[in-house]
Amino acid sequence: MTELRELARRLLSEGTVNAVLGWEEGPRGARPAFVTTPDGADRLIFDHRCVHNLASYLSPRRPHLKRLGKVAMVLKPCDARAVAGLIRETQVPRENVVLIGVRCGGVVTDPDSDATLSEATVADRCRGCPDREGKLADHTVGTAGPGFPGPSHRAQKIEELAAKPADQRWAFWQAELEKCVRCHACRQVCPMCFCDRCLADKTQPRWIESSPHARGNMAWHVARAMHLAGRCVDCGECERVCPQGIPLGLITRKIASVVAERYDFRPSDDPAVPAPVGTYRMDDPQEFIL
Amino acid sequence: MDSTTPATAGGFEPRITAFVCNWCTYTGADLAGTSRLQMASNVRIIRLPCTGRIDPMFITKAFERGADGIIVSGCHPADCHYNAGNYHARRRFAIFRELMDFLGVDPSRITFSWVSASEGAKWRDVVNDAVTRVRALGPFTAYRNMVVVQATAPKSSSPEHAGEGEGLPMQSLAADGVAPGASKEVTA
Repeated sequence: MTELRELARRLLSEGTVNAVLGWEEGPRGARPAFVTTPDGADRLIFDHRCVHNLASYLSPRRPHLKRLGKVAMVLKPCDARAVAGLIRETQVPRENVVLIGVRCGGVVTDPDSDATLSEATVADRCRGCPDREGKLADHTVGTAGPGFPGPSHRAQKIEELAAKPADQRWAFWQAELEKCVRCHACRQVCPMCFCDRCLADKTQPRWIESSPHARGNMAWHVARAMHLAGRCVDCGECERVCPQGIPLGLITRKIASVVAERYDFRPSDDPAVPAPVGTYRMDDPQEFIL
Repeated sequence: MDSTTPATAGGFEPRITAFVCNWCTYTGADLAGTSRLQMASNVRIIRLPCTGRIDPMFITKAFERGADGIIVSGCHPADCHYNAGNYHARRRFAIFRELMDFLGVDPSRITFSWVSASEGAKWRDVVNDAVTRVRALGPFTAYRNMVVVQATAPKSSSPEHAGEGEGLPMQSLAADGVAPGASKEVTA
């Protein structure tokens, strides 16, 4: 922690950056923090409650943050994958951001909990996560625990669902999707949702019915899943912020596994690897096409 | 010639929306027409510049508006008028198909094909196959009635139990397109 604070203080006092985005102690657990003065660097923390994906603040959808100019950002290895995604798709110029990687041994599900990190409390996405430190970083600080073994509960749930007959999958998703109130929190929090104007907000034509019934919700979640194909970095933020507890991670993980299988792409923190949707190979499999 | 036989009275005739590219499949379908090939008349064609122009939202919208099946068709690989549109579409629809399958939509309702401008006969076969297949699957009321079902259905059980027998008005609708609320033995 001292290492992180010293580094942040140095970057701010030397004028390398105008702000450091990290986490601080809030009234209800860890929360994102914007530190703009060298003295403020002492507010920064990093521990297993720092679950938020701060890369979301880099999205060009947030032009008010552009006014900060050059910023430094504290990144877990999974957040680094999101930043790499934004750089890969030319949403963020690499030279505009200083990346402070923190070593991470997993986080809990809820930043507001006082739980210690254990097999029982660790976030599902951290199970089987291979990365203790990100490669996409200008500085790397901290120490990390050993991490947690996979497979995640979600992976098991996806297999379970996939093995069911189609009508039972349909019924499962109907029950889940009809809960959606279309608050679009999943969109707002997602670091990879970076369209200037969202398809769901367009009215002419209205591709996604705006009232929160199962049919409109279906269209919204299909659109979201398609837009996140090859982009989702499994930061789990959509699922965490969903007020209705819809298991959105099942959809994005399923698509990620399809992309991995068919196009050998797994989200990494290497921005040089091209995105799988938007590129193609002449010999892509096409067994489903007559 | 099964699928070209006119429907018997009261029989189900599927409505199929075809999204086709202007350069190959549309011309191929035109050739099928001018060659007077006999084929099922259930397909409504929507002509687009390229398969790369076909957004998955077109397909969900078609289902919402009453399509029972979809055909997406364009130029063979290496034949795209815009060089690469069909390659992009191929990736997109490979993913889309898996997504729909995961959400419980039978992927055989959605047909993908490459039909070139000279393949009028292939277009006829694609159409006839799709119509036969979707006719066997029955009307896709489950999709377009999602609104009605949600409004009239009893409060659904917890998701863990969904799909295990109770609270499944969707199935009865899917089976025969009865009005919502009609009591009907549910077979899950």
